[in-house]
Amino acid sequence: MEKRVYYQEINITEELSARINELVSHYPADKKKSALIPVLHVVQDAHENWLSIPLMDKVAEILGITPIEVYEVVTFYTMFNQKPVGKYMFEFCRTSCCAILGGDDMMEYACQKLGVKEGETTPDGLFSVAGVECLGACGYGPMLQLGDFYHEKLTKEKIDALIEDCKQGKINLY
Amino acid sequence: MARKILLEKIDIPGIKDYEVYRKNGGYAAVEKALKSMTPDEVTEHVKTSGLRGRGGAGFPMGLKWSFIDKKSGKPRHLVVNADESEPGTFKDRFLMEYIPHLLIEGAIVSSYALEANLSYIYIRGEYMWVYKILEKAIKEAYANGWLGKNILGTGYSLDLHVHCGAGAYICGEETALIESLEGKRGNPRIKPPFPAVSGLWNEPTVVNNVESISAVPWVVNNGGDEYAKIGLGKSTGTKLISASGHIKNPGVYEIELGLSVEEFMTSDEYLGGMIDDRPLKAFIPGGSSVPILPAQYIFKTANNEDRLMTYESLADGGFTTGSSLGSGGFIVYNDTACIVRNTWNFSRFYHHESCGQCSPCREGTGWMEKILHRIETGTGREEDIELLWSIQAKIEGNTICPLGDAAAWPVAAAIRHFREEFEYHVRFPEKIKNRDHFVNEPMEKVRHLISK
Ligand SMILES: Cc1cc2nc3c(=O)[nH]c(=O)nc-3n(C[C@H](O)[C@H](O)[C@H](O)COP(=O)(O)O)c2cc1C
Ligand code: SF4
Ligand code: FES
Repeated sequence: MEKRVYYQEINITEELSARINELVSHYPADKKKSALIPVLHVVQDAHENWLSIPLMDKVAEILGITPIEVYEVVTFYTMFNQKPVGKYMFEFCRTSCCAILGGDDMMEYACQKLGVKEGETTPDGLFSVAGVECLGACGYGPMLQLGDFYHEKLTKEKIDALIEDCKQGKINLY
Repeated sequence: MARKILLEKIDIPGIKDYEVYRKNGGYAAVEKALKSMTPDEVTEHVKTSGLRGRGGAGFPMGLKWSFIDKKSGKPRHLVVNADESEPGTFKDRFLMEYIPHLLIEGAIVSSYALEANLSYIYIRGEYMWVYKILEKAIKEAYANGWLGKNILGTGYSLDLHVHCGAGAYICGEETALIESLEGKRGNPRIKPPFPAVSGLWNEPTVVNNVESISAVPWVVNNGGDEYAKIGLGKSTGTKLISASGHIKNPGVYEIELGLSVEEFMTSDEYLGGMIDDRPLKAFIPGGSSVPILPAQYIFKTANNEDRLMTYESLADGGFTTGSSLGSGGFIVYNDTACIVRNTWNFSRFYHHESCGQCSPCREGTGWMEKILHRIETGTGREEDIELLWSIQAKIEGNTICPLGDAAAWPVAAAIRHFREEFEYHVRFPEKIKNRDHFVNEPMEKVRHLISK
């Protein structure tokens, strides 16, 4: 397998720092570690949706915990990405209720249209496609998640339109 | 019209917003409880109501609250379980998205009953936009004096925050959820001690589902005995059902417990029957973890009684001919669905979601996924069906948390009720090459082949 080293620019802006402090304030002063998952979410969102080792180390420093405590968590939870992903990550639900309504067909269609396999990113870094487990939209399948939002009752036409909107920068992720 | 408790006000325009919610009687339960009831009186009402946990296990809520350790003097916590990741279940999201203040009102009253001063709502990370809705609603509750120090001048103080996960089904299990809230991997704890004694930060904690907590304001406003009059027998009250699959009207419904399954599935007020009027093949009443039932046990029990939407009736017949109300994730399959494929799909889910602590679960779910995959893709062997049966039997009851059981039961039920479908896959691999094999040629049309 090809080995690649990815570089990530770390930028804890004032705004991000304020948000982190707000999250930390939700827990007792001696229980800062509890803020870890919410903090990782906002840090990841502010860093192109992935977490490099130096960035995880930075989070450990901010929360006053050891780096291993951060790695343990990042590797356990599927929403944390350990390498770069496309700006627009199409996460298709592949679980039963969506699958019986054609979920697999929808994901295959998107893959084919974007020229990638599941789990891959387009060379321009714009799109990724991933299969994920039930997202709690089972009555409105097939569905996908893009950023914070759900797109439900998918059809090929809806996928076409969504890809087009992404290309034109019309989609808000957060 | 059916009795509504949780969704009574859902159609009021703007009910999502604080002002509208308040104008329509919102937060009255907080006023009533804090000003005129002791914490133990609130708990008594919840006990009398007969309300059972809506997260899946159906444990009596008042009883659970009465276990919380108030004697040790340690800080206590309520943690609302909004992890909602059981396939087929999307009811909690509906409540939080469309009437967020109901959950917050319930969390305040419930925290008061538990004498907790710091509580959390743990929501799955994928519901990020709902997290933001709750965050805003909590800010509004603080701004209007329903949260914070000395609420309504009663001396009771409460801080409530929303906390998000990051994509792990296992964090719905209450001790895994607590670990996750502490900033760790979601590994379930060995019990005892139970959270009521040693939960969040080793302090007494009660974990309850979103829907359970959202029912509390009604119980406080109207009295536990009034709640107990709704429903049937020990299945008191109403339940949210999230319905999906091959039905005309998927979505979230509030039903009075005791409604018949047939009426729920066929009437236009609810699911409206099957898509394209195709035959009903199977259903799962309570989320992917509970046994799937074949058509003959759906409207009637094995004793030929009407099957009702209650904890008791859905479980009638045990696992041989019954299932469970579970989380209310109601999934319906028509004759185009392949049970083998579906069981493989669920096994993949459980394998993916196993936390990996116990070998029967970690290894067993992987083996089941692999074997089911080979049967589904036409390379299964006759003995694979027995092998699957023995693997699932070895997981059940041998693990730290119930995820192991939840992975085993669907496999057992599928083999028990749909064995001939498994045999068909093994014996006629060329006929099941296409994943839509039953769309093109449903089991009914090919059943004669396996009897030969
Ligand atoms: C693997 C697993 C996943 C669970 N997921 C959820 C969930 O997403 N939401 C929930 O409320 N309960 C879930 N539960 C049940 C909880 O452990 C707990 O029983 C429940 O939150 C208690 O609340 P209740 O009594 O109000 O139902 C899960 C249990 C297991 C074993
Ligand atoms: S049963 Fe499975 S999910 Fe539960 S603790 Fe064991 S390995 Fe983890
Ligand atoms: S099965 Fe796809 S959202 Fe639940």
